[in-house]
Amino acid sequence: MSYNFKEMMNKPERLAPGHRMCAGCGGTIAVRNVLRGLHEGDKAVIGNATGCLEVSTFTYPYTSWEDSYIHNAFENAGATLSGVEGAYKALKKKGKLNETYKFITFGGDGGTYDIGFQSLSGAMERNHDMVYVCYDNGAYMNTGIQRSSATPMYADTTTTPVGSESSGKPQNRKDLAAIIAAHDVPYVAQTTFVQNFKDLHVKSEKAIYTPGAAFLNIMAPCPRGWRYNTPDIMEICRLGVETCYWPLFEVEEGRWTLNYEPKKKLPIEDFLKPQGRFKHLFKKGNEYLIEEFQKEVDRRWDELLFRCSR
Amino acid sequence: MAKRDRLSGNEAVAIALRQINPDVFPAFPITPSTEIPQYFASFAADGLVDTEFIPVESEHSSMSAAIGASAAGARSLTATSSCGLAYMWEELYIAASNRLPLALALVNRALSGPININCDHSDSMGARDAGWIQIYAENNQEAYDNMIQAYRISEHRDVRLPIMICQDGFITSHAVENIELLEDCEVKEFVGEYEPENYLLNPECPMAVGPYSITDYYMEAKRNQAEGMKNVPQVVLEVAKEFKEISGREYGLFESYRMEDAERAVVLIGSAAGTTKDAVDRLREQGERVGLIKIRMFRPFPAEEIAKELKEVKAVAVMDRAEGYTNHGGPLGADVMAALFRARSTAHAINIVYGLGGRDVRVEDMEKVFVELKQIINENDAGEMYRYMGIRE
Amino acid sequence: MATDISKLGVKTKWQDLTGGMIIAGAGTSKDFHTGEWANNKPRFIEDKCKQCLLCVPVCPDSSIPVKDKKRGAFDYEHCKGCGICVKACPFGAITMEGVN
Repeated sequence: MSYNFKEMMNKPERLAPGHRMCAGCGGTIAVRNVLRGLHEGDKAVIGNATGCLEVSTFTYPYTSWEDSYIHNAFENAGATLSGVEGAYKALKKKGKLNETYKFITFGGDGGTYDIGFQSLSGAMERNHDMVYVCYDNGAYMNTGIQRSSATPMYADTTTTPVGSESSGKPQNRKDLAAIIAAHDVPYVAQTTFVQNFKDLHVKSEKAIYTPGAAFLNIMAPCPRGWRYNTPDIMEICRLGVETCYWPLFEVEEGRWTLNYEPKKKLPIEDFLKPQGRFKHLFKKGNEYLIEEFQKEVDRRWDELLFRCSR
Repeated sequence: MAKRDRLSGNEAVAIALRQINPDVFPAFPITPSTEIPQYFASFAADGLVDTEFIPVESEHSSMSAAIGASAAGARSLTATSSCGLAYMWEELYIAASNRLPLALALVNRALSGPININCDHSDSMGARDAGWIQIYAENNQEAYDNMIQAYRISEHRDVRLPIMICQDGFITSHAVENIELLEDCEVKEFVGEYEPENYLLNPECPMAVGPYSITDYYMEAKRNQAEGMKNVPQVVLEVAKEFKEISGREYGLFESYRMEDAERAVVLIGSAAGTTKDAVDRLREQGERVGLIKIRMFRPFPAEEIAKELKEVKAVAVMDRAEGYTNHGGPLGADVMAALFRARSTAHAINIVYGLGGRDVRVEDMEKVFVELKQIINENDAGEMYRYMGIRE
Repeated sequence: MATDISKLGVKTKWQDLTGGMIIAGAGTSKDFHTGEWANNKPRFIEDKCKQCLLCVPVCPDSSIPVKDKKRGAFDYEHCKGCGICVKACPFGAITMEGVN
């Protein structure tokens, strides 16, 4: 799929301004650019798990969505869109609808990795013709930065606070993209905001237009939760990729492909340093924590390289 | 032209659904409602319906998907029992507050724990404040007839609320009874096409559903929703009238059985009405002035009409097939007593909890209830107003 | 038919709210002016702009309008002043107080 950047930027916006996400939010950057993957003329129904995105983009009577939109609850975005897609099939079968609709649902990592995991897994396994997009900011940001299973190890969150006996979240993050890939769905990809959004755009378009279930995991930094300098979001994303913390890959019909390999893998400190949630790791005596973090990044990266080499 | 058959309640409801030919049916099995989606899946497998049957991974998802489908502009439903309904809990409120017409075929079963698969009404009673219309059946015929009428009520433009069509687990769901079925074409014509005003898949105008609402709107939204409920009784009666024209069978908000000149009455819901009718008949033969009110529509609650029907009654026993843990009785008891109080009734009223977890209700048990009422009248004292029936003690 | 949201203010009576709180139509949030939140505003120096459009996708608030493949003036009614676009511009065509 070709990517003409200027053509893409020229497409009509499908997320209207006037939503109430924080200034500098990564979530809406993800949404805007995923929706650019829709072909002009194709209609869409957007689903949304409860979270920042939902309460901010459909605050009665203000909707920011240029397409039909449904929010149901926190844990059931997958099931809700399954029903919408089922309705589409039924109305098509009965000759009540001619237009082409695409089905895209957005959830944060709380609504996707955790409380909505069963509903997502069910929707993927049933292979509904839909895309589930997780905008992963690594914590329950809407309720005030509580840890999720997407939160990286050692992150300081309000339920894994750093203290005299605590170095932040003790556990590693769940590898959700791999778990969804294990559902054997037609398309799974992981991406973030790099390369002028080419990677994100190509994957969004593929996900939307691959028949059957697709899953996109997008790292979408949260300036409040991660505590970095808000204008630096693109640099944070770049460092996430260059340190191999957030690799870009896709899984098509079970075949793993690495989409980008840094020429020189940067040390994980470069990604951690600008973020306040990892500030404690840079205190004297805590060097071993960064070493542990690096080991985990390396282990996962090697595992990914192995998967992609098969 | 009616067709006579012998069917279980589940099979009868499944056939009603085949005749309705809904658009989307997401389902998850749970005893004793499992057979409904099971029969329906075989109809879909044989091409007898156009429905998208979606076997989901939980009841939470079955209701979530039914909500999505309804919002999308499709006629949808699901079926469940007991813990399945409890698991759908938040979704029940969301369906109702979004004003989405859809149906739930509920086969009443006791809630855990201890886990028990038999009938009582604790599942649907727990959901009584969720904003759903609740219609109950005494027998298989009523379960079938109520299902046929469901969408006409739920989708009515003055209502637009979800509807729960309830029947008693095993007692009606699995027992085979004689039943009269309508012709497929009669049902098709009666139910009609679903034509929502706004829906997600409307190519002319997109729609957003499920907003965040600040305090300035929330209370008005709830009042607006309550207005839909206020319109329900009238619509239920209109639909029943039309239904009578094609079936010959009569339905109201409740059924009054031998209530003319009754001085003692029982008020209850569901299959125990059949047993109670036998008791009433026996006692009437002996010249006793007894009668029965069988609630068909529990939500909204026809309080004024019931109080009116009980106007001349001296003592009434309200029977709850669910505990309320209020220390003064169950949910039906609370509603009927409130209705009597508002009507300034001077009747003695007691509330009896019975039949939990499938505990048998015999004709003799119901005769005994009328004896208790007689004693209350004689002594002019209701005594303990919160009682249990059929309990070992 | 699209909902007229101008009739759905916080003083609207219950009778006049939309049933089920649905909104027929799209993009009604344009009427909600988040630009009031901004402490600082980005400044667009048109002379320096090479119309590369790299600032466009990074805006969380869809506040850099594009027409005929060229960006226009900032939508200050909605721009929250996050400063991401300042960093995204390779030509120094966007400046904002406090962002280097």
